[in-house]
Amino acid sequence: MGSRASTLLREEEIEEIKKETGFSHSQITRLYSRFTSLDKGENGTLSREDFQRIPELAINPLGDRIINAFFPEGEDQVNFRGFMRTLAHFRPIEDNEKNKNATTSEPLNSRTNKLLFAFRLYDLDRDDKISRDELLQVLRMMVGVNISDEQLGSIADRTIQEADTNGDNSISFNEFIKVLEKVDVEQKMSIRFLH
Amino acid sequence: STFFGSFFSFHSAVLFTLVAVFSLLDGSAGEIPPKPAGGVTIVPPVQPDGGPQAYPEAGKSNLPVFTMDYLRIQIPFEITLWVLLASFAKIGFNVYHKITVWVPETCLLISIGLIVGGIMHSVHEEPPAVLSSNVFFLYMLPPIVLDSGYFLPTRPFFENVLWFAVVGTLWNSIGIGMSLFAICQIEAFGLQDLNLQENLLFATIISAVDPVAVLSVFEDVSVNEQLYIVVFGECLFNDAVTVVLYNMFSFVADMPVVEPVDVFLGVARFFVVGLGGMGFGILFGFVAAFTTRFTSKVREIEPLFIFMYSYLAYLVAELFAISSIMAIVTCALTMKYYVEENVSQRSCTTIRHVVKMLGSMSETLIFFFLGVVTITTDHEWNWAYILFTLLFAFVWRGLGVLVLTQIINPFRTIPFNMKDQFGLAYGGLRGAISFALAFTLPDTIGRKPLFVTATIVIILFTVFVQGISIRPLIEFINVRRTNRNLDTINVEIHCRLMEHTIAGIEDLCGQWSHFYWKDKFMKFNNRILRRILIRDSRAESSIVALYKKLELQNAMEILDTVSGDISAAPSIVSLNEEKKTSAKPKRKFLAADLRNMHNILSKNMYKIRQRTVAFTGKHSLPNDTHSREILIRRHASIRRSLRPGSFQTSAHSCRPILDSNFLPPEQLSHLDAQETMSEVAFPSRRSRFGKPTRSSSKAMMPLRRLDTLKEAPSVDALDKDRPEDGRTRPGMSRINSSYSDSRVPASRRHFSSSSENDNGSADNFRNVHHETEEEEQPQLSSPPPGWAAEPSDSSTQNPLLRRPQWNPKKM
Repeated sequence: MGSRASTLLREEEIEEIKKETGFSHSQITRLYSRFTSLDKGENGTLSREDFQRIPELAINPLGDRIINAFFPEGEDQVNFRGFMRTLAHFRPIEDNEKNKNATTSEPLNSRTNKLLFAFRLYDLDRDDKISRDELLQVLRMMVGVNISDEQLGSIADRTIQEADTNGDNSISFNEFIKVLEKVDVEQKMSIRFLH
Repeated sequence: STFFGSFFSFHSAVLFTLVAVFSLLDGSAGEIPPKPAGGVTIVPPVQPDGGPQAYPEAGKSNLPVFTMDYLRIQIPFEITLWVLLASFAKIGFNVYHKITVWVPETCLLISIGLIVGGIMHSVHEEPPAVLSSNVFFLYMLPPIVLDSGYFLPTRPFFENVLWFAVVGTLWNSIGIGMSLFAICQIEAFGLQDLNLQENLLFATIISAVDPVAVLSVFEDVSVNEQLYIVVFGECLFNDAVTVVLYNMFSFVADMPVVEPVDVFLGVARFFVVGLGGMGFGILFGFVAAFTTRFTSKVREIEPLFIFMYSYLAYLVAELFAISSIMAIVTCALTMKYYVEENVSQRSCTTIRHVVKMLGSMSETLIFFFLGVVTITTDHEWNWAYILFTLLFAFVWRGLGVLVLTQIINPFRTIPFNMKDQFGLAYGGLRGAISFALAFTLPDTIGRKPLFVTATIVIILFTVFVQGISIRPLIEFINVRRTNRNLDTINVEIHCRLMEHTIAGIEDLCGQWSHFYWKDKFMKFNNRILRRILIRDSRAESSIVALYKKLELQNAMEILDTVSGDISAAPSIVSLNEEKKTSAKPKRKFLAADLRNMHNILSKNMYKIRQRTVAFTGKHSLPNDTHSREILIRRHASIRRSLRPGSFQTSAHSCRPILDSNFLPPEQLSHLDAQETMSEVAFPSRRSRFGKPTRSSSKAMMPLRRLDTLKEAPSVDALDKDRPEDGRTRPGMSRINSSYSDSRVPASRRHFSSSSENDNGSADNFRNVHHETEEEEQPQLSSPPPGWAAEPSDSSTQNPLLRRPQWNPKKM
């Protein structure tokens, strides 16, 4: 925050990010200062260690998956644009955006994109399907030690059974969307970003 | 339950004996001539009936072989007996776990107190006159408050506990006070001599909520974890607020007429008192931290400083009539952070245990007295006042919770729903502080007995009625919710996933509102404060602090519990099998199964933001098991999920790791741990603990043996479980081993050159990692059993401490 941050971030960059993600000017500068404070190597990019240094993420059961979501396929560094692009998924959907018609490209924080983010937390191998195994992995991460494998296995089976409509024993993205249709995803996957 | 029966009867026998002995020896009223109970001989020269004696006839002054002088030891003896009695009671409850599940501990304590009081009353004894104002405020209150302050969770505290505690208490006191005053105006009740100040004072006393019982209920039944923290923090903090208000109001109550300028002065005084208390606390906290910087040679008395300084802060604040509670709480908070870095691990544990012990004991005693006093004092009963008090207390608390949640909810990650609010409101049990404050009201207040009676009634009502009924009620609500719940398992799981994600992203963005200030403060802290106050003030990254907080050097115990779980993690091997058996027939799930699943999930899924130190209750030490589980599991899965890759790029940065692993601790001071990767942080932490002056707990000693070959067997065990892995046994010569990974010979040599001691786990795991790059499959199935199968040479088994080489880049 303050002059140091904004001199390193050029105005045109801020404008571009604003257009791409929909964040406001002050939000972008604030997040930039957070980005730089995380960037211990001071090379303008964040690596996975930078994220892992955040203690709260370390004890978040899905911490590693969340961190992974920031890094595009195969890369190990993320710059500020990428950082903001990922965070943009969590911007609340404002009312004026809801009326956008289908011709404009879908904003990053649309319901579908939010769901896609969640879907990708499960789907590590990016084959657009949540297999039973991937489901079990995530379940195991989210659950304490008192659950036996059989119990977890049957929970996973039930999950797939409920969602799977085409019988391939895995959950595709469309099935995922369908199963969560009654859930207020827009509210659940949104953060009030401070100005 | 026969065991239970016999145990309890044993206990009652002991209790009875103690009480009988007690009543005999307490010679305050002494109408009934004391009857000797078995074996107790009476002061000479009375000829005793039985028991040991060796008396010649009276008259000759021979050397007395056996004498007894009760009066000399009377006071400490009685105090000890009381404490022992209360502690026996506590043991008794916890024998039969089912009881403590349904009946909060405070209920039981009060009941025992009632029984003892009944006994004493029937033998016409007075309770020992220990509960005077001075004794309470100077001896019994500080341990309780120190206990609360020391274990206060700071972050949620600043987030919203402050609201509930301060504003909530104010709201309650003023609301109840006003309404009671209104009632007093009604002639029929005969209460007109109670003026506004006295009513306000009384209202303050009974608005101190002590939601201890609720915490244990919340733990078992799935409740929003944020709620848990708010309730806990409120409980801690509003003791402080209440006493401050009490002091203020009691001052005001003495004044015959209250003018507007007095109200203004009162508010001003509130701030002076509060802020002054905090200022004193911080001052003493810093002095204590500074002192511990120099205590490395006198480890045995380190805990003493903590207690002396906090007590000093308390007393000095009392001297100046500012809020001693705020002083001691702030002192504990400030001190804790710096002191826990300076003192040895053992001192740290000692401090925590003693603080808990003293606080627990103090509170136990107060509840015990409550029971006794209930029976033995003269009560003044006024139906109207008491019933209206109950009513208003309930109503105002409910309203307060409602209003406050409306204000706070928009700022929260996960807002409080109606069930949470109900829990908050209904769970407002009154506790020890209320009783003590009422009992020690100055006698200048005319209707003091009425106040005491009313306070006792409200405490008993809330503790017994609300305390016992809250659990069934919450379960009822939960059950209803689940039954009406058309949520599928999918929704439940995915929603929890989303909640974790949001919590993670928020933490990542540093979303709590004063991140800017926190960051500035941390910089200031690192640059200045830590240099002054901490002995080795290397700037420490917060991840290191996290591991320290979780005391992960004791991970061995956790491994025992977690190992079953780790082995349950699915592996890619099973994935292959899965694909083959995809033609499995679909399972049928009954409604009962579903309900079961929902139950399992709601009880076992991790709550959001398991804090670094999770709290299970006021009477027990903080419990970190969930966080540790998560961390351990994470480490295991990271090891499993390594991908081939950027090992070369990390080569240059690996050097500091090795250096720091194996250099003697003194040389590490030049390493600025904060600047480099987290791997560095671990070794620096480890080696700090490896210092001789630090704890000598088993897990840490062998850390220094990492340089030696002892580590090898443990990793060998790991490798043994991987039969397909015909690789290098990570032995001593692993550097030169026929390592067929041609990708990184350069880096490996690089390692060997940087440290000739490089036969510790550092390289073990590099090997392991590379082996996994080649063949993921066999390796994946093994680490879990590997952990479980490790030799029980427990000291070296600390996987987390062998960890630093987990190279996150490989993720």
